[in-house]
Amino acid sequence: MPVNIELKAIHRRVAEIIIDELKLEDVTPDTFNPEMDLVDELGIDSMDLATIALVLQDEYKIVIDEDDYPRLKTVRLICEYIEDKIATRH
Amino acid sequence: MKTVSTLLDAEWRERYRRISSLNIRSSIYDLTNRCNLRCKGCFFFSSGEHHVQEEMDIRRWEAFIDREKIRGVNLAILIGGEPTLCMDRLEAFYRRVPTYCATNGLIKVPRDRFPDMMVGISLWGGGEDEKILRGRDTFAVSSKNYEGDPCAYYLYTLTPRQVGKTEPVIRRIRDAGLKVHLQLLSNDEGVDGFSWRPEELSDLRFELDEMLDHYPRTVISCRYYHEIITTGLMQGRRFGWRECPSVTESLDHRQPPVRRLIHFYRWAADLQTVHRCCTSATRDCSTCKDGAAHMSWVMVNKRDHMNATRDLHNWIEVYEMFAKLYKFIPW
Repeated sequence: MPVNIELKAIHRRVAEIIIDELKLEDVTPDTFNPEMDLVDELGIDSMDLATIALVLQDEYKIVIDEDDYPRLKTVRLICEYIEDKIATRH
Repeated sequence: MKTVSTLLDAEWRERYRRISSLNIRSSIYDLTNRCNLRCKGCFFFSSGEHHVQEEMDIRRWEAFIDREKIRGVNLAILIGGEPTLCMDRLEAFYRRVPTYCATNGLIKVPRDRFPDMMVGISLWGGGEDEKILRGRDTFAVSSKNYEGDPCAYYLYTLTPRQVGKTEPVIRRIRDAGLKVHLQLLSNDEGVDGFSWRPEELSDLRFELDEMLDHYPRTVISCRYYHEIITTGLMQGRRFGWRECPSVTESLDHRQPPVRRLIHFYRWAADLQTVHRCCTSATRDCSTCKDGAAHMSWVMVNKRDHMNATRDLHNWIEVYEMFAKLYKFIPW
């Protein structure tokens, strides 16, 4: 159960960061579809992703390798990536 | 929330998907300091960028290109000087990474060695302007060298004197079985009569649109690009140092950070010196008319074009134009 709560919190926070950084309108962290393709649907590019990655790195004290950017296609995948990174850090 | 799906129909979505996965990482390389022409208005010589010791050892070029490839470069844009004066260096790039060669067309790139390398042939107007600015009418030679070549096109640099006179030039290019992309002279050397006045730019914009309509299979361009290069405006913002995306990464200390080409560098022929940007460090950015820089300016600002369907169509057309010119997608 604590793991699920943790994951939900990460989901919410990642969505919040994306909304803030991209200045998205008409969407909240709760309504943000975690399966939405960030490149094909939301139109983010590698510079957007680099900006978001910087915030996530600070927030979760992890390192996001630039080579991993293509994997970070949805909020769900970003959350799983962060979870993996946190787990390996411990 | 505006998304690609809410803004585009199925056909445009497919066009968007085709380019959104390209992930182009370009850099520019001065292949040599030498040239077989000395054109008035050529930033390379007017800004003294040729004053570096040219690397002569081909093995060092090969090792350098290998490092660039590891750095993520997937488009090498070769300029100079005149790149075709150094075929061995040209080949070193071509064998390793997708390569584009900008040339004046006086020396033919042998297609047995470079079967599908994209070649951009510079042209500075009709015969008279070419003689004034370059000392000779290069078209007579270059059009014979590249007639009907499917991997070559003219990069036609328009001057104020060309306003109202572009049609015969474009027709000759079509008749030579070639394509053409259009850009504007920045007149770095202040040649009399070759600096732009606002009314000339306004007239030229409509002329370029007409050429695109009349020669859609010859002119590789789009209306939004014409608007951007003739007005210097995009989404209400003016092109200049605070906006330019084509600045060498290690020299880019602008704050707040500017949306830019990721990992872009412009290397000198000594393979150590880097130049400020894709043109000349002595150029006043507020008057820069560089076509590639303006295209890139649009391309790195995708989300600013996601407010309306027409804006996103414009962005896609500019990106497709760039991808065609550098052979990432077919004509």
